Amino acid sequence: MTHVILNTLYVQTQGAYIHLYQDTVRVEVEEEVRLQVPLHHLGGVVVFGNVLVSPYLIQRFAEDGRFIVWFSASGRFVGRLQGPTSGNVLLRRAQHEVLSDPGRTLHLARCIVSGKLKNSRQVLLRGLRDLQGSVPAIEEAADNLQVLVNEVQRASSLDGVRGVEGRGAHIYFTALGHLIRGDFVWTARSRRPPRDPINALLSFAYALLVSDCVAACEGAGLDPQVGYLHALRPGRPSLALDLAEEFRSVLADRLVLSLVNRRQVQPGDFDVRPGGAVVLKDDARRVFLDAYQRRKQEEVTHPLLEQRIPIGLVPYVQARLLARFLRGDTPKYVPYSIR
Amino acid sequence: MRGEKRVHSGTVSDDEPVPVSALQHYVYCPRQCALIHVERAWGENVFTLRGRRVHERADTPGTMVREGVRVERALPIWSERLGLIGQADVVEFLPDGTPFPVEYKSGPRLARRADEVQLCAQAICLEEMFGRPVPRGALYYHGGRRRREIAFTPSLREEVERVTQQVRLLLRQQRLPAPAADRRCRHCSLLDVCLPFAIRRSIAGDYGSESM
Repeated sequence: MTHVILNTLYVQTQGAYIHLYQDTVRVEVEEEVRLQVPLHHLGGVVVFGNVLVSPYLIQRFAEDGRFIVWFSASGRFVGRLQGPTSGNVLLRRAQHEVLSDPGRTLHLARCIVSGKLKNSRQVLLRGLRDLQGSVPAIEEAADNLQVLVNEVQRASSLDGVRGVEGRGAHIYFTALGHLIRGDFVWTARSRRPPRDPINALLSFAYALLVSDCVAACEGAGLDPQVGYLHALRPGRPSLALDLAEEFRSVLADRLVLSLVNRRQVQPGDFDVRPGGAVVLKDDARRVFLDAYQRRKQEEVTHPLLEQRIPIGLVPYVQARLLARFLRGDTPKYVPYSIR
Repeated sequence: MRGEKRVHSGTVSDDEPVPVSALQHYVYCPRQCALIHVERAWGENVFTLRGRRVHERADTPGTMVREGVRVERALPIWSERLGLIGQADVVEFLPDGTPFPVEYKSGPRLARRADEVQLCAQAICLEEMFGRPVPRGALYYHGGRRRREIAFTPSLREEVERVTQQVRLLLRQQRLPAPAADRRCRHCSLLDVCLPFAIRRSIAGDYGSESM
């Protein structure tokens, strides 16, 4: 899989070789040229896992100030090419400037929460279609979430936005229970530690998602710890948590629902520790990881790019869009939304 | 408000639980607690290495039965009431089902009170989780050769509550308390990060005048 998005070349094919050929970048797989992109079309390259990058290409990119970012095959940030000049200092400075600009911080927080609410609503409605029936509780929750989408645009403070987010989460999680079939019962969200199987799955899925969002921030040259909706706290990747909000329902919750409803995860896959903490067993963890990687390869149409891309790359795209907003290139940050 | 101190009740700001281990660090030295939990510093010394060895035995989650007593290792614990979260090394269950927390310690003698506060905090978590009194627990020192049974007295429990509030405030303020610069520092793994004596001299303006 090779994609060019926003002048960024993403190479995910294991064993691929990318090198310079005259003034183009060539991607070869098993000695066959899969893609050739003119150098002047590229801002940078993002490679996942076992991809060979020619030394000459690395030098040329460093000189030109183009970026190369390496991720492990599973999407963990490994490192970034740092040339003699780097625009990142301006981006990082912009991150801090926006932090002390209440207007732009509020705008970002509203956009993030609005994106989260819209996608949560869509996940409920899609679940309803899958059930092929009428469930008044879900329909009502979807309507209430729509009300909150409108309300969050009018929130006049960060705490106001957070309040709407909290109410939305409560409405959404209550309705989510109606979409779970089979052997599991959903009560309410519990974390630190999760106290039932569904919560254990959600927590695990969110951990994967947030680490992908950390990688996406790093990849765009953003400091993942400088966030807006989430308060700064030592060791907390606040910006990655901000970015993750619009994807929680789409990437994590839907995956949990489908694994549970297709009985790929069963009650026996969990350890219940005395006192009530619930942990996913190792084998089921592997099943979940496989499913998560597969889910990330499903293609979606990105509304802003008007392009079909694997959903796993959407956080990378959104991190770049976020960087554009922070640097003042765009007046708005548009969160990713599913139809 | 976005002023000097950006501390707000965030989406998940205010309900962030305090790690039980942070209570132990705080009682030993508030600055050590801040270095570890606010600045995310970590150092190794003979005590932490020894502790790691002691812990390796207790770090694999699981259940075993020893002389008719059920033993849980690496048990996730929490208290909603106090907002605590952590993991108990070892919890034994007495024949009547009463939980009995056990901690293996290799720290210096100076850390004894801190160890008791940590153990009592575990007991308070277990009481809430199991809905029954946990009156006693035990601390083992030196690889389990010396055992001290601890009774969770009202005054020890009060100290746990007080320290929990102090730690929460410390984490919220995100500031470093002044260094102790006393006997405790000799046994501290964070000596190189903390620089207690240099800081104290710097504050006092006591760094000699340059010889002409």
